[in-house]
Amino acid sequence: MPTGTPDTERVETLTLEAFADTILPGAKRTPDDPSIAGRSHDAGSVEAGALELLRTPATGLASGLPEFVDMLNGHAERYAGEHGLEDGRDLPPFVRLSFEDRTALVRALTSPGHPEKEFWVMLALFCNMAFDSAAHMSTPTALAEGHPGLTAMGFAAPDTDGLLRFKEYSYGRATARLHPDTTDSGSLA
Amino acid sequence: MTTTEKTDILVVGSGFGGAITAYHLAAGGADVTVLERGPWLETEELEHDFLLGSSYTRAFDFTVGDGMSVLGGNCVGGGSMVYFAALPRAPRFVFERRGSVGRRMWPSAIDRDTLDPWYDRAAEALGVRTQDWSDVSYAGGLWGAACNHSGRTANPVPVAIDKDACVNCNWMMAGCRFEAKKSLVFNYLPAAVAHGARIRPLHEVQRLERLDDGGYRVHYNTIDDSDYRVTTGSGAIDAKIVVLGAGAGATPVILKRSEERLGAMPHAVGRYFSGNGERLNTAVINEDRVRDVLGLSRDAERAYEAFQVGKGPCVANWDRLDASLPEYSRYSLEQLYFPPALGTILAQTPGVPGPSWFGADKKEMLRRWKSWLIIFIMSEDDNEGVFGPPPPTGNAVRLSQQMLGRGPLSYRPTANTWHGWKSADAEIKEILEKDGIAEVAPWTNDLVGAYTVHPLASCRIGDDPHTSALDDRHELRGHPGIFVTDGSSVPGALTVNPAMTIAALAERSVPGIVEAARARGVDVTYGAPAPDGATSGRGGVLDLAGRRSS
Repeated sequence: MPTGTPDTERVETLTLEAFADTILPGAKRTPDDPSIAGRSHDAGSVEAGALELLRTPATGLASGLPEFVDMLNGHAERYAGEHGLEDGRDLPPFVRLSFEDRTALVRALTSPGHPEKEFWVMLALFCNMAFDSAAHMSTPTALAEGHPGLTAMGFAAPDTDGLLRFKEYSYGRATARLHPDTTDSGSLA
Repeated sequence: MTTTEKTDILVVGSGFGGAITAYHLAAGGADVTVLERGPWLETEELEHDFLLGSSYTRAFDFTVGDGMSVLGGNCVGGGSMVYFAALPRAPRFVFERRGSVGRRMWPSAIDRDTLDPWYDRAAEALGVRTQDWSDVSYAGGLWGAACNHSGRTANPVPVAIDKDACVNCNWMMAGCRFEAKKSLVFNYLPAAVAHGARIRPLHEVQRLERLDDGGYRVHYNTIDDSDYRVTTGSGAIDAKIVVLGAGAGATPVILKRSEERLGAMPHAVGRYFSGNGERLNTAVINEDRVRDVLGLSRDAERAYEAFQVGKGPCVANWDRLDASLPEYSRYSLEQLYFPPALGTILAQTPGVPGPSWFGADKKEMLRRWKSWLIIFIMSEDDNEGVFGPPPPTGNAVRLSQQMLGRGPLSYRPTANTWHGWKSADAEIKEILEKDGIAEVAPWTNDLVGAYTVHPLASCRIGDDPHTSALDDRHELRGHPGIFVTDGSSVPGALTVNPAMTIAALAERSVPGIVEAARARGVDVTYGAPAPDGATSGRGGVLDLAGRRSS
């Protein structure tokens, strides 16, 4: 199948979404949402923008995504074969897997010793970053728009100039004794 | 015929090793050129933003190796722009360490007493001060209280932060927008420029070549200012003296790449790398127990919920920095802030069996991010890191436009290193899980290996030519006129944050470099005051410098 066709794009999107959803799961966007397994009650990596981030040229991943998708679906097909899984749905092999099987496969691919570990770790890293730091968006904008990851974590919003300041920061009292060998420099003797 | 540029002294890198030597040599009258591979970021460019391409990703490098990943600065000011400005001195026993070589690792000329005057010089120049408890963040106060609850001590760490200017935003790893952190761009570097030093950003040194006159030709590439994978040009500068301060992750790579034209390198170049014995644990705090057990509260509603507030590490437990304990069982336990992404991905979910750095449980853990507390272990590792063949350019094959690369370092932690890590993990658990204060888990080493923000020792000083690349004057063995003054020169793990020791060693190296430069006809003297003109630190070392010169 030639690359860039609508079907190829659909396979890529569904597969990458299913991968991202395995890293930090979310709620199904529609009742028949195939890529999101629905193991969380609110937005996960996908809705946080995983695909936007993966497709950002700055990551260095964007041009390799079709290859990642082929490899991941190849692994999923082998996994399904080895575990006797059958699923007739017209979906990419990784998307056909249950959440538990997706998790088991991602664990295997990111384990020490797996020859492709580096690639899968990098893919997982950016799926994490979409949720926990929204690296595809300006952070003040992400916070203003209620980015699901930063909001769930309670990341503090900046002042109107885009800079964060905490006026209160300390319990303001000693909470421990100093080490007896502390010198005037603040270091140990 | 083309003419190559010339300079008396070529300094590679503008972090502690480069900035300190560049300042003193320029102030002493030498013609100094500094090549820095990263950008020159002005204060106004320092953003509170995780967006790829912001100052946060421009200033950092995260180099993934085989078993060890290194986080380091990549900008004018080097590590000082992205570090947390914690500047303790190394404890006395560190200088007596033997490591696995079976003899004292440090040169006989250096111990805590002989280094203290140089620590004083660095402290004066950098503006290091002690913190009192009112400076300490909620996270630091909480760590102190937890230590106290289990009968331990805890210390606010000395820092180079102007507390009146600091807003406790915890964005200092992207460069301090409020100029509260006293990075090298506020002391040594502007003073070097005032004395005529030229600093060239986005110039990445690739290799050195020996010239017939005994000097060196330094070859560099110029780097695109947003896509660091792109080389925009190249050039060379001839120098009488070369000072390498590219950092412990890059200096040995430059030297190994230079072997063809420079001749064989000492055995220890690119060996004995130490990650400063670093490892991290993340605790999820039980807010009710903070109030009920530790008696701490911010206000009527909140006991803690303040992981994001502060200025990196504020408080450390130093009870295990005890000279009577055996080597590999001594470590600091320092409270630390790490931002999302770099500070979240490797965290494992406490109490969950198997790999728990991703998945539904991890997402629930992230939901409690405000109640996190990171404890940073700095222990004694075994100098087990080794650099493989250099990549085509730089010190890594860059994967992303900025920040992420794959480097040639491999690191297989020995049983000694694991002993320290496991002992520290267990102690953190004992402190923080006592009476239900928190649940704790160490970061996984499965994804990117161990993780250090303080790479050391890959081109170290010492007395033994087999196990040290540099003599005790920081000159590269067999290659007169090449000096190494960055973290790679430190012999091994320090059990505390190393910037102060790197700075003190760089200060100490200057009289020797001056002497070598003078022998090569450079009109330079030693004896500049601190960058702001203060002179008490100089007073403490002039005798030492004179004695060594004579």
